[in-house]
Amino acid sequence: MKRISSLLAALALCAGVQFSAHAQSIAPDALVKGVTDDVITIVRQDKAIQAGDTHKAVELVETKVIPYFDFAHMTRLAVGKDWRQASPEQKTVLTQEFKTLLVRTYSNALTQYRNQQIDFKPFKAKPEDTDVVVRTEVRQPGAKPVQIDYALDKQGDAWKVYDVMVAGVSLVTNYRDSFGQEVRAGGIDGLIKSLKDKNKQLDTTTSAKK
Amino acid sequence: MKNRKAESGALSRGLACLALGLGLTACAGPGGHPKDPLEPLNRATFRFNEVADEYVMRPVAQVYDYAPLPIKVGVGNFFGNISDIWIGVNNLLQGKVTDGLSDGGRVLVNSTVGIFGLFDIATELGLEKHDEDLGQTLGRWGIGDGPYLVLPLLGPSNVRDTFGLVGDLTVDPVWQVEEVATRNSLTGLRFVNKRAQLLGADTTADQAALDKYGYLRSFYMQYRLNQIHDGQPPRVKDPDDEDARSDDAPAPTAGESTGPVADERVALQSEKKDNAQ
Repeated sequence: MKRISSLLAALALCAGVQFSAHAQSIAPDALVKGVTDDVITIVRQDKAIQAGDTHKAVELVETKVIPYFDFAHMTRLAVGKDWRQASPEQKTVLTQEFKTLLVRTYSNALTQYRNQQIDFKPFKAKPEDTDVVVRTEVRQPGAKPVQIDYALDKQGDAWKVYDVMVAGVSLVTNYRDSFGQEVRAGGIDGLIKSLKDKNKQLDTTTSAKK
Repeated sequence: MKNRKAESGALSRGLACLALGLGLTACAGPGGHPKDPLEPLNRATFRFNEVADEYVMRPVAQVYDYAPLPIKVGVGNFFGNISDIWIGVNNLLQGKVTDGLSDGGRVLVNSTVGIFGLFDIATELGLEKHDEDLGQTLGRWGIGDGPYLVLPLLGPSNVRDTFGLVGDLTVDPVWQVEEVATRNSLTGLRFVNKRAQLLGADTTADQAALDKYGYLRSFYMQYRLNQIHDGQPPRVKDPDDEDARSDDAPAPTAGESTGPVADERVALQSEKKDNAQ
């Protein structure tokens, strides 16, 4: 009898483990809140980031934020209709360079964090939805609150962020006009070159600042 | 008083010239942004603004930014309180009666308990601050934004919002101040306070953009659309993205399987839109 019950217990445990593995497909709002809280807690304690240490900010974003972002999707959105004319290799390079640009620029924004408060708005979605928006608001004294929304879509079990909108402005599609311009002027390779140049230029300015 | 009439005369003459210019250049060459037929002129104004900002506005805002936070917050609240009256009127014009009344309540509370608006007590009481102007009201009424415009010193706008701005200014309490010196210093302070709030965001834009002009143009268009819809603009699934997605996706097993899936997505999307409204 005892043996059976311990077997049952073991089975139940296994089922529990399996269940929690399934539960790892965290709800999109919980995911955004978890990542935000994580990052804010670290920035609050990190004097170097507050003092403007870009490299530390980038490191933080790379470890804590990037795993939840789908950069291929973001790049596809930013490039728009010209994406189709890019070869698989070009797509890979474009994604890599665009990711570098986004991470560098917006990691820098973290260094400007000064105890703003982040509110999460009620999350509305149906269980069958595969494309949702999580709405948040950054509040600071004496200034209008800034709305920050995250668009996520479901890939298998996991939710991934594919767009961030600040005050209603998509940080991704905001690039589309200038990307289109680059492609018209120099093709996909022209766009890749411009992105590379931009990243190089950011590299030198941030290291010069240090 | 006379001065101001002359001013607004000049303003309307300027607008008339502008309208004429728009008519003449509306058929600009291909390749440009469809909403920006005046791009060459706009880029010139943009370059001028960038220089003015680099050498005058930004440095002044940086000095102002050294002021203690309570002072900056007080200044922001003071001008915020003044503009709440017109924000309320615009909410009423847009049929948002509750919001409009709440804005009126804000002015009453903040002008009295909040000591001439220096303290934003109303927000703490749960009367949320809104963000409206005549350009948004016109947009809400279904008036299109017209060509994109870069205004000297004031930056991104469009034809509709420029008319809106003229309306905003004609009823603006600061612009009604008779004494020129006071009016100018209040206007200056308001401008500097606003510019100082953008410190930080401006460097991010500098770093992020491949072409700052195009970046700000796209930013402004999305930003205004979001404001007009009070933070919930209609979400349209990108047709380009859908194309790209079906391109990237592994070849569908059955030829007809992509069609219905895509249709379903569109349906979901429009359903979502309905819910939001």
